[in-house]
Amino acid sequence: MRDKAAWQLDVRAAGTDDADTLLIVLGGRWRIDQSLPSADTLNDRLDAPVRSVRFDASELADWDSGLLTYVSGISKSCASRGIAVDSSGLPPGAQRLLAMAAAVPEQTLTGRDRGPRGPLAHVGAATLEFFHGAPRMLGFLGEVVLSLLRLVSGRARFRARDLWLEIEQVGPRALPIVSVISFLVGLILAYLGADQLRLVGAQIFIADLVAIGMVREVGALMTGVIISGRTGAAFAAQLGTMQVNEEIDAYQTLGISAIDFLVLPRILALMLMVPLLTLYSAFIGMLAGMLVSLTIFDIGAFEYYTETLRALDFKQFAVGLSKGTVYGAIVAFAGCLRGMQCGRSAEAVGHAATSAVVTAMLLITIAASIMTIVFYQLGI
Amino acid sequence: MKDMAATPHIEVRDLSMAYGDFVVQRGLDFVVNQGDIFVVMGGNGCGKTTLMRALVGLQRPLAGSVIYSGEDFWNAEPDTQQRLKRRLGILFQGGALWSSLTLAENVALPIAESTGLPAARVNEIVAFKLALVGLAGFEDFYPSELSGGMKKRAGLARAMALDPDILVIDEPSSGLDPLTARRLDELIMELRDSLGTTIVVVTHELASILSIGNNSIYLDSESRTMIATGHPQDALKNGHPKVRHFLTRGGTT
Repeated sequence: MRDKAAWQLDVRAAGTDDADTLLIVLGGRWRIDQSLPSADTLNDRLDAPVRSVRFDASELADWDSGLLTYVSGISKSCASRGIAVDSSGLPPGAQRLLAMAAAVPEQTLTGRDRGPRGPLAHVGAATLEFFHGAPRMLGFLGEVVLSLLRLVSGRARFRARDLWLEIEQVGPRALPIVSVISFLVGLILAYLGADQLRLVGAQIFIADLVAIGMVREVGALMTGVIISGRTGAAFAAQLGTMQVNEEIDAYQTLGISAIDFLVLPRILALMLMVPLLTLYSAFIGMLAGMLVSLTIFDIGAFEYYTETLRALDFKQFAVGLSKGTVYGAIVAFAGCLRGMQCGRSAEAVGHAATSAVVTAMLLITIAASIMTIVFYQLGI
Repeated sequence: MKDMAATPHIEVRDLSMAYGDFVVQRGLDFVVNQGDIFVVMGGNGCGKTTLMRALVGLQRPLAGSVIYSGEDFWNAEPDTQQRLKRRLGILFQGGALWSSLTLAENVALPIAESTGLPAARVNEIVAFKLALVGLAGFEDFYPSELSGGMKKRAGLARAMALDPDILVIDEPSSGLDPLTARRLDELIMELRDSLGTTIVVVTHELASILSIGNNSIYLDSESRTMIATGHPQDALKNGHPKVRHFLTRGGTT
C-alpha cells in the first residue's frame, strides 16, 4: 500500500455481468508535480475486447492538470479504437474542463505543411532560396543606386541629423576597437616579417612590409571586418525591428521612400567613415611595427621612419582608400538588405543580424580578391 | 457637413489574397461609400489585416482590384499609386510610430514631406492633432516612453495629420480601457461627420462595431470568403447565423 500522498490506480473489469467494460479506479493525489503514469500504459488493456471505459474517482483526494492529461490521453486512445468513454465518474470540475478541451476539434486545414523534410528536400529548398535570393539582392542594389542618383540630383530626402548620428556611431565610437585590433595586427605583421627577413639580414625591410601591408590591404580589411560585426549587424537589427513594428510600412504608405530615408544615410555614413578608419588603422599598425622594431630588433626610430616614407607613395594610399570605401559600402548594403528583408518576429531580427555579418564578410572577401587581381593587372 | 450621398469611394472587385500558396481570402466584393464607417469583422486569423494591407497598397493581392473613386490602384502607374496613397491615413495595429522620432516629429513628418509648410505652421498643426487625441504636452516624448494606448492614439494623430479622405484603422481599441476606447470611437465619428472622412475600421470590438459602423463585411475563416455585408445592426437582426453568433458573443445559435 502506497502512502496517502501518492496516486493510486486500479484497472479492472467493471463487473462479472459487464465484462467488456473497463473500470479505472483513481485514488490519492493526481498532481502535475508527481511522476504520474502515462496513458499509454493502458494500451494493452484497451487492445483486449473492451467496448466502454468508466471511471471511479470516489477515492480521489486531490487533482489538477496531471489527472486531466492522463484522462484525455485515455480518451484519445479509446477514440482511435472505437471505445466509448463515460467520464461521469470523474469530479464535476474535471468533466467540464475535459468537455471544453474537446469542444473545438483539432484544426486539420491550417494550410501549412509541417511534415518532416528529408535531406534532399533541404538541399532543394536551399537551392531555390539561393536563386530567389540573388535577384532580390540585385533588386535592392538597384533601388539603392536609384536612391543615390536621386541624392545626386537633389531629390532624395532624409534628415541631416540621421546622417550625423550614424557618422558618430560608426566613426568616433569605433576608434577604440579599431585601435586595439590594428595595433595587434601591426605587431603580428612585424614579427612575421622579422622572422623571415632575418634569414637574409634585411630586417630594416620590416618597415616596408608593415607599411605597404597595412596601407594597401590589412587596414581596410580589418576595418571592414570590425565594422561589419559592429555596425552591419546593428543596421540589420535596427531596420529589422522597424520592420517588426510596421514602421517601414508606415513610411511606404505615406509615399516616403524607406530607402532614401533609412538606407541612404547609413550607406553614406559608412562610405565616408570607413576610408578614414582605414587610414587610422594603417597608422596604428605602422606604429606597432615601429615599436616592435625599436624594442626587439634594434632598428632606430628615425631609420624605421625614413624606410616607411620610402616604401609608401600615393598609389598605396589610393589602393587602401578605395578598398575601404568599397568595404564600407558593402557592409552598409548587406546590413540594410538583411534588415529590410527581415520577417516579423524576434527570431527573424536575430537571423537578420547574423545574416548581415555573413553576407558582408563573404562580399568583402570576394571584392578584396577581385580588386587585388585588378590592381595587380593594372600595375598599381 | 459635406454631401453624404452614397457615392462609392472604395470599390473592391473579386479580390483574392494569398501568402505563397495559402489563400487567405478569395472573391471579396464590396463597396465603401463616401462618408461610411465601414467595419471589417471576423474572427482571429481570418485575414482582416491582410485585407487592410491590400487596400492600402502594402501587399499586392493575388487577383482582383481595389478602385479608389474610379482609379484601379493595383493597375495604376507608380505615380498614380503614390498620389492615391497620400489620400489615405493609416493607423497600424501597434501604432507603428517611428521609434527614432519624438511624437511631434512623428506627426510632423508626413505634413512636412507633402506640403512644404513653414515649420511654425507645421508645429501648430501637430500640437492641434495631438490635442485631439488627448496627448497635448507629450510632443517631446519618444514612442518608447509611452504606454500602448498612448502609442495608438499618437498613431491616430499621425494618420489624420494630412486630413486624409480615407482613414484606415487596424484594431483601434484593442489594448485601450473602455473609456479611452469610447473617446476614440467618438473621435472617429466626429471626423466622419465634420470632415466627411471615409473610415475603414478593422476590429472585433463588438461595442465599436455596433455603435459606430454603418456598413460592414464579415470575413469567414472556414470558407475563406465574405459571408455578410451591410449595416452591422441589420446583420445582427437578420444576418447569416455565423455573423449573429459573432455579434452576440455566441449568444445565438
